[in-house]
Amino acid sequence: MADALIAIERLTKRFGAFTAVDDVSFTVGRGEVLGFLGPNGAGKSTTMRMLAGFMPPTSGTARICGHDVVDQPVAAKRSLGFLPEGAPTYPEMTVSGFLGFCARIRGFRGSEANDRVGHAMDLTQLGGVWLQPIETLSKGFKRRVGLAQALLHDPPVLVLDEPTDALDPNQKHEVRGLIQSMAPEKAIVISTHILEEVDAVCTRAIIIAQGRVIVDAPPKALERDGKSLEQVFRELTLPGKEAA
Amino acid sequence: MRAALTVAARELGGYFSTPVAYVFIVIFLILSGAMTFTLGNFFARGQADLVPFFSFIPWLFLFLVPALTMRLWAEERRLGTIELLLTLPIPPWAAVVGKFLAAWAFCAIALVLTFPLWITVNILGDPDNGVILTGYLGCLMVAGAYLAIGAALSAATKNQVIAFVLAVAVCFLFVAAGSPIVTEFLSDRIPALAEAARALSVAERFNSFTRGVIALRDLVYFASMIGFFLFLNAVVIDHRKAD
Repeated sequence: MADALIAIERLTKRFGAFTAVDDVSFTVGRGEVLGFLGPNGAGKSTTMRMLAGFMPPTSGTARICGHDVVDQPVAAKRSLGFLPEGAPTYPEMTVSGFLGFCARIRGFRGSEANDRVGHAMDLTQLGGVWLQPIETLSKGFKRRVGLAQALLHDPPVLVLDEPTDALDPNQKHEVRGLIQSMAPEKAIVISTHILEEVDAVCTRAIIIAQGRVIVDAPPKALERDGKSLEQVFRELTLPGKEAA
Repeated sequence: MRAALTVAARELGGYFSTPVAYVFIVIFLILSGAMTFTLGNFFARGQADLVPFFSFIPWLFLFLVPALTMRLWAEERRLGTIELLLTLPIPPWAAVVGKFLAAWAFCAIALVLTFPLWITVNILGDPDNGVILTGYLGCLMVAGAYLAIGAALSAATKNQVIAFVLAVAVCFLFVAAGSPIVTEFLSDRIPALAEAARALSVAERFNSFTRGVIALRDLVYFASMIGFFLFLNAVVIDHRKAD
């Protein structure tokens, strides 16, 4: 792919004898939304953590906008918006305080920092709670604070680990709309357990089980034989069913 | 460096938005004051100086500073925010230095708040304020050394209690190394080690500050202590990010 913003090549992560991610390769170009599917413990979060430069891979490489996440970590992270699993934030900080910190640490100062924070809060509809400490917010708001943090610097690459987890149906709809509206400009990877979400926003789906990529295809192609995505998912990931 | 200062500002704000800061400062002021006036015989000595106050600082900090540092990294791991902090576009050392600077600034604030003692001694007599100032500088150096040790140990373990106990133990080694009990024991048996123990001792270096002496070798000692343990901290964080 000519315009690959994310390039993962033969990425492997072992914890002792256990192989969490096994020889995973894929690329994501501008305009693509990649849905990362798989049962719990399949290696989704581990792959995303390696891509974000949080976990060093055992072998293989991951590049963001051409920057290797191990050799040029700061340059790679500058081009990346990352929502870690569970959307961790500092509970005692206010929403605007937390986002202001993220803006300053990304090098924005003064009015530009304020504009960035304001824009990110608009996108994720946090305006009403900007002075509240994060620990007093509901789960859905906390998730959106994490999302706002990832969008703040308008990065070319977004890696979102379960972005719609804990959101109510309306909020899920909003976040999907947001992802779709940003999609043409960016390369986006989202992990999710919600298969309808893949249908709704993703241009491509990767199913991963036991650390290996089993399927890499557009969601429409997976559903071809009149089966729902859920049936395909079950067939591919339930043990004993993968004859291939 | 800018990133480190941004981290430091956030951390310092974090201390004051939780009860940690207030509990620490109040307990520190009560204990330091009480020790100065009771165990230190502040009045009975009949001398206008802060020696009774300074002499307890290495021992007071021995327990209070690890209480401050035990949560530095352990808390980030517990909340998962370490994943956020270390995926921001900053080198890991900036996070390490930022956290250290915030804790150090916090200790400086606690020390500044002991100013009533300084006022008292100036009302009662005519102390050498230069010596008092170097004494405070010495306190800050001791706090810095303890903080660097405690922060590195907090990075090495997930468990806050383990981080606290280990930090107290390691800091105690560095204080006790210069105490007469240890040096006399060593010079009787292994004279070569006695000299080394005294050279490594925090207490020995601190005492020269409280006598009004700022020696370059003492500054180098504290700077290399802090530098070494911060380096260790950065290495540990880099290798055990996700554990």
